[in-house]
Amino acid sequence: MDFDHVLFALYIFMLAAFLGVQVIAKVPQLLHTPLMAFTNAISGVSLVASLVIAGAERGLVSSILGTIAVFAATVNVVGGFLITDRMLKMFRKKGGS
Amino acid sequence: MSPELHNLIYRSALLIASFLFLVGLRGLSRPETARRGTHYAAVGMLIGVLGTLFHHDIVQYQWILGGVVLGTVVGVPMGLWIPMTKMPERIALSHAFGGLAVATVGVAEFLHEGAAMSRIAAGAVSFEVLMGAITFTGSLVAFGKLQGFITGKPLTFPGNNALNFILIGVAFVALGLLVRTPGDITIFLVICGLALVLGLLLVLPIGGADMPVVICLLNAYAGLAASASGFVLDNDVLIICGALDGGSGILLALIMSKAMNRSFGNVLFGAFGAVDATAAAGGSAVAVREASVEDAAELLKIAGSVIFVPGYGMAVGQAQHAVRDLANLLTANGTRVKYAIHPVAGRMPGHMNVLLAEANVPYDQLYELEAINDEFPQTDVVVVVGANDVVHPAARTTPSSPIYGMPILNADAAKAVLVLKRGMSVGFAGIENELFGLPQTQMVFGDAKATLTKMAAAFKGGHG
Repeated sequence: MDFDHVLFALYIFMLAAFLGVQVIAKVPQLLHTPLMAFTNAISGVSLVASLVIAGAERGLVSSILGTIAVFAATVNVVGGFLITDRMLKMFRKKGGS
Repeated sequence: MSPELHNLIYRSALLIASFLFLVGLRGLSRPETARRGTHYAAVGMLIGVLGTLFHHDIVQYQWILGGVVLGTVVGVPMGLWIPMTKMPERIALSHAFGGLAVATVGVAEFLHEGAAMSRIAAGAVSFEVLMGAITFTGSLVAFGKLQGFITGKPLTFPGNNALNFILIGVAFVALGLLVRTPGDITIFLVICGLALVLGLLLVLPIGGADMPVVICLLNAYAGLAASASGFVLDNDVLIICGALDGGSGILLALIMSKAMNRSFGNVLFGAFGAVDATAAAGGSAVAVREASVEDAAELLKIAGSVIFVPGYGMAVGQAQHAVRDLANLLTANGTRVKYAIHPVAGRMPGHMNVLLAEANVPYDQLYELEAINDEFPQTDVVVVVGANDVVHPAARTTPSSPIYGMPILNADAAKAVLVLKRGMSVGFAGIENELFGLPQTQMVFGDAKATLTKMAAAFKGGHG
């Protein structure tokens, strides 16, 4: 990882953080709990890093650590999207019974 | 397939995933589009995961399969069966999983690269593990406190803050040393250990009512850790998602602490509640007027407008459906019904909204603080369900009060106030609520759900 790489990564971080704050600031208080569940689900994208570690041939310790990470990230991805959807399903304008 | 093609598929999948995550997040700006947005993001996640399986380092699948199957077995119940009242606990637990995933990735990466690591990478990986591990143990403590395994009261000891500051300092010195000698496993282990202990020590002193801010901050830590792992692994989607997660956590934490009129520093190191409770014990009790459920029902029958103010007590008593039933009767009787939601009512941002949505309350009846505060003087009856500090007039009137300056719902301005409460215990700020002693206020003691159900029955009974 050289300096140019880091600089490029910092650009991405800066732009994503700026864009993220702009978009998230528009989320109404009404949806703040689903927002937390949602960002939690997408941060489960660390699953993609875990997959590489669990699937690479780097010795037993690495495989075990990778599997723990795959497990934890999968819980967040699967559980996170399911619960976000379950919550959002409940929000409606004209209440039924 | 050639390695180039594999790499192309892998990289493109992550690009598409990043795009769909942003589109999905944008959908959350409106309730009508939120659900579709979530679906876009879920598709993005699937594409990202499938594309990653083309990564050239992946040569064995048995470990992956094991982790995914186990994770799904735990994740599905956590998504489908956890009751809405347990949402703060659920979110705290998922932050713990997020921290664990990122921290273990960091440890594996450190062990793999070892001394070959560049200084920048060593710095990033130790920051990743530091934040990930703090999030892991910190979130477990937050979960324990919310669930009642650990007391919700602030747990402190003399010198607690000083020790925390010293440990944070040592952690950053160790991080600096590791940048100097990137492969040093001893220093790395010290950072891991310190982070795990810090997570415990930082959250234990924080009281239950401050959990909304803590949960948001842990959310931010998890995001920053994920971003750092993106730097280490040269993985842009991780940087982007981490930035979104971190940005969201910090923004929500700011909103929460503003709604309590407190700084981060005060929330994290103030041990709010512990001091005030002792001060209040010596204070004078407020004389209150008690009403029966029948009296309360009579009052509601002649009301032209009613505002419900829900609080954490509604969540604890699972009273949201009973609130909705009573509100239905009122609406049928020609009364205008609204709900006033304080930003820090409950244990996490948006907690009350989700519970009322679960009970089928249409969201156009839910009003934010600024939108409804001017309506209280024209309102006939305010029904406070398990809320306390968010309707505490001392926040406006008494500069010496610990909650002075906090924006509150002006329930005291209404013509009549019904307060549904278990007993005369003080709120989380540990102070007597002057609202309860006002001439227009009547207390209805008992379990919120039972009281509301009885009130609804009395309301119906009177109609014959």
